[in-house]
Amino acid sequence: MAEHIDARGLSCPQPVLLARNKMNEAGSGTIEVLADSAAARDNISRLAVQQGWGVNVEERENEFLLTLTRP
Amino acid sequence: MKNIFASRGAIAVAGLIIGSGAALMQKLGNPPNMGICVACFERDISGALGLHRAAVVQYLRPEIIGLVLGALLAALVFREFKPRAGSAPIVRFILGFFAMVGALVFLGCPWRAMLRLAGGDGNAIVGIAGLAAGIWTGILFIKSGYNLGRNQKTYASAGLILPVIMVGLLILLILQPKFESGALFFSEKGPGSMHAPLVISLFFGFMVGIIAQRTRFCTMGAIRDIILVRDYYLACGVAGLLLGACITNVLLGQFNPGFIGQPIAHTNQPWNFLGMALAGLAYALAGGCPGRQLFLSGEGDGDAAVFVLGMIVSAGFAHNFGVASSPQGVGPWGPLFVVIGLVACLMIGFTMRQKP
Repeated sequence: MAEHIDARGLSCPQPVLLARNKMNEAGSGTIEVLADSAAARDNISRLAVQQGWGVNVEERENEFLLTLTRP
Repeated sequence: MKNIFASRGAIAVAGLIIGSGAALMQKLGNPPNMGICVACFERDISGALGLHRAAVVQYLRPEIIGLVLGALLAALVFREFKPRAGSAPIVRFILGFFAMVGALVFLGCPWRAMLRLAGGDGNAIVGIAGLAAGIWTGILFIKSGYNLGRNQKTYASAGLILPVIMVGLLILLILQPKFESGALFFSEKGPGSMHAPLVISLFFGFMVGIIAQRTRFCTMGAIRDIILVRDYYLACGVAGLLLGACITNVLLGQFNPGFIGQPIAHTNQPWNFLGMALAGLAYALAGGCPGRQLFLSGEGDGDAAVFVLGMIVSAGFAHNFGVASSPQGVGPWGPLFVVIGLVACLMIGFTMRQKP
């Protein structure tokens, strides 16, 4: 069961913090983050990779769905 | 689209370009240790429009215009122009207002603090320490739930308002019409009279706007991300700026180490520290340094644009009311307004927290 975060409309550093808190809380599994800024996409991707999570980014209509996974 | 600019190497190169370019701009006519300063240059714009009458700091700085329009172009080309607004605009205006108060008590935004350091101005160390203290305070609020809320998508025309204002300023600068009041005002002596040729200033600002939009260059974010998430990406940019400016200053004979007699600076260290602490806290609560607020405005962020307008209005206020410092020292009302600003920002931090 994937966890979901809606980071749309939030400015720095809120999207990264939400993602980080969820990653720390879950430890592993799948987290889906919906973001609407390229800065949030880049920042969350960088943090997730740094923390050992896999990142997949899907762009859809001016929004980004980031899927973070760690087995 | 993957952002190839989002690597440490790329942002370090961006910083090198900004820093060495700024030092070169000083050689080409900009004031010493002020090759580019968002706070000072917005203050000069405020003066040129007559919002204050400090005769030595009035000029429609093309760099500011270029920064916004460069970011706009980069955002349009890379499909990152996203018109948005509505995240506590009045709060952002006040944060911009007190950010400028703090910056004018110290005499510079974080960019200029780095350029001052790169030129050998030891007072900048105190200012940067204050900046870090202010940002650290802001992080405590962020960690305890401080949040100005979500923005909303808005009309493209709404996102274009600040860029259009910048085009208007550029037209005024080129035509230089004289109004009955005497406006526009251009300094005949002092820092406002010192500037590189218009086309070069505009081009430099424009190029910096493009690379900073692509790399998300932000001096406040650099310190914040180290403390908050142990991320050194933005810090690589600031390190590049410092290094680029320092090397270029040495090569051009512009490096003069010391504390006393530094250009457009004073030695009142408590207020150097507290001025920048206020500014740092305001930047942290607003989510970006003054430069970043200009780039976000170019991307269509109306809330960042309100922060910018708060800074410009504040500059007029700060000079009219004796709040801004000068090389002779702090203004008579500078300390009081720094304290008022700190109280205001702490109130914003304490009262605008969402419970988890």
